[in-house]
Amino acid sequence: MDNWRKNPRVFWILSAPPALWLLGFFLLPLALIWAYSFGHKEGIIGIAISWTPDNYLRALDPLYLQIFLKSFWFAGMTTAVCLIVALPVSLAITFAPARWKALLLVLVILPFWTNLLIRTYALIAVLRTRGFLNAGLESVWDSVDGVARAVGLDGLGAFTPPQLLYNNFAVVFGLVYVHLPFMVLPLYAALDRMDRSHLEASLDLGAGQFRTFFSITVPLAMPGILSGVVITFIPALGSFLTPDLLGGTESQMIANVIERQFKSANDWPFGSALSFILMYITFFALALRAFFSRGRSAMDT
Amino acid sequence: MNNAMNNAIVQVRGAVKTFAGVATAVDHVSLDIFEGEFFALLGPSGCGKTTFMRMLAGLEIPDRGEILIDGRDMTGVPPNRRPVNMVFQSYAVFPHMSVLANIAYGLKVTGVGAADIRRRVDEALQLVQLGGLEQRMPAQLSGGQLQRVALARALVKRPRVLLLDEPLSALDAKLREAMQLELVKLQHAVGITFIIVTHDQQEALSMADRIAVMEKGKVRQVAPPAELYEYPRSYFVADFIGKMNLFHGRASGDGAVAVEQLGEIKIPGNSSAGRVGIAVRPEKVKLFRDAPRPGFTAFKSTVDNIAYHGSESYVFATTESGAAIAATVQNESRDSKLPAVGDSIWCGWRAEDTLVLEE
Ligand SMILES: Nc1ncnc2c1ncn2[C@@H]1O[C@H](COP(=O)(O)OP(=O)(O)OP(=O)(O)O)[C@@H](O)[C@H]1O
Ligand SMILES: [Mg+2]
Repeated sequence: MDNWRKNPRVFWILSAPPALWLLGFFLLPLALIWAYSFGHKEGIIGIAISWTPDNYLRALDPLYLQIFLKSFWFAGMTTAVCLIVALPVSLAITFAPARWKALLLVLVILPFWTNLLIRTYALIAVLRTRGFLNAGLESVWDSVDGVARAVGLDGLGAFTPPQLLYNNFAVVFGLVYVHLPFMVLPLYAALDRMDRSHLEASLDLGAGQFRTFFSITVPLAMPGILSGVVITFIPALGSFLTPDLLGGTESQMIANVIERQFKSANDWPFGSALSFILMYITFFALALRAFFSRGRSAMDT
Repeated sequence: MNNAMNNAIVQVRGAVKTFAGVATAVDHVSLDIFEGEFFALLGPSGCGKTTFMRMLAGLEIPDRGEILIDGRDMTGVPPNRRPVNMVFQSYAVFPHMSVLANIAYGLKVTGVGAADIRRRVDEALQLVQLGGLEQRMPAQLSGGQLQRVALARALVKRPRVLLLDEPLSALDAKLREAMQLELVKLQHAVGITFIIVTHDQQEALSMADRIAVMEKGKVRQVAPPAELYEYPRSYFVADFIGKMNLFHGRASGDGAVAVEQLGEIKIPGNSSAGRVGIAVRPEKVKLFRDAPRPGFTAFKSTVDNIAYHGSESYVFATTESGAAIAATVQNESRDSKLPAVGDSIWCGWRAEDTLVLEE
């Protein structure tokens, strides 16, 4: 394509509508929220922008810091579990026969074709006290119990379904379920691009499969792993629906707090400040990623 | 040529490899490769050279047949347990490791002690003349240097057999010639059996002790370079190696062949009746002003074209019966007399230089 400087008119005509759209519906509201974050409530619906740092200082209250920490913990756990699950999955897709690959990739992104709300309610149906998972556990329990009694042992007693819903486990489980494709896709892209002869050379030089995996495959797939970590961690950190529906009172994340400020608590300035803190953290994560991949490409060239 | 060549280090018996949807890549190949030999696999693109090599390395599992290395059956032995190492066509030098780490990798993963590693890596660096570049990353190396890293990385393992898959194809002509010499010297120095894949016949002829010529997954002929050049057995090999005047014909079974476009000629030795190929090297073809004495197979021809190549010239002529014949004339003195285009001459060669080939 030509340099846009050669055709400034075409460039401006083509880029004006999206630029205006972004300005009007993205940057302006963002700027407004940013301004609110330095304001205070006046009356019931009024907000006065007084450039006070109070909202940010209030966010440093241990109560909120703890929720930030918890959000980090959930997002970190989610990212780690996703990575551990996605690595073998993407390896399997990479080394699957060519005609299976497309199908397997479709299976990975299939959940995206269903609304998140519906998927989350489906998870509730699986995890609740009388849900599918517990029903399955119960039937296994009962048959073990039956066999034990039949051979004259004491048996296991009555089945008490474990609480799988409305706790931290349910939130991380749900987050992993939602974010897994975000991890699998960049990993697959990196692994598929990788030159197979490097793996073969490693085997040829006497390394076993595990050694080859950790010494060659993982380092070569590192750009993909970094991408996967970042694009899993960031949306997981800001998750709202999953902790809202699957979590208990102890497993609220920062987005739930923000939502409360805008709705029930009606404290827009504080909600705005919390939102911006979340955004700064996100920027920081992206900057870290850029830093690391810069280091890598400097090494490569 | 190395001396200890009585001991077959690689024995391949009826190896077959078929890829789904592709013609058989390796088709009933049986070969013995001897200890200390510099063995070349030569053939056109897609004839199965790489596949064969990968079967030796254990990276491809043969559908049928068996492979013995150092007397041991390799069936079910994974690549990391085989006494062979490979230099990949793309070199496959690990991009995230320094030269040093690349060369040490194969020793580290097999639990060689640190002091031993250091010593052997130093030796290998010396051998391939990479001293001083240990700390470089692969991206900071030239093609020739990368190739040496790949070579050192394999040699440091002291394999019984070193496999080289077109190791020189990525290099420019000059570096390539230098590396050919170096490889031969290196092989003499370390005494390891080298099996090299190439589709450059000059490379194979000048480097190898023996050459296997492959076509469509089959081994057509295995012979030392001079024998391969002077006594090709089949039409394919004669055509593939060097320049050649080639004809089709039918042997009568009593020492004569009716050659298409040439007529009947006498052949050395005997050949059973049937279709044969007839060939003669251009440098064996002599040009005469008049009909040569008996003992020569000669044809009255007209000169079509002359191509000057410095040390030699190619003379292209057509016989009265319409067959094209090429002759190489050495320009032995500055005023070598060459015929002119359109001249009427005789092209002839000694009857014993006629090659009779399987079709
Ligand atoms: N993994 C594979 N899957 C399917 N077909 C393959 C595979 N590897 C090789 N082939 C086919 O097997 C045949 C032999 O391939 P091979 O790579 O051994 O050829 P080659 O002699 O090394 O050629 P070149 O000189 O071009 O490297 C070719 O027809 C190729 O298309
Ligand atoms: Mg090849």
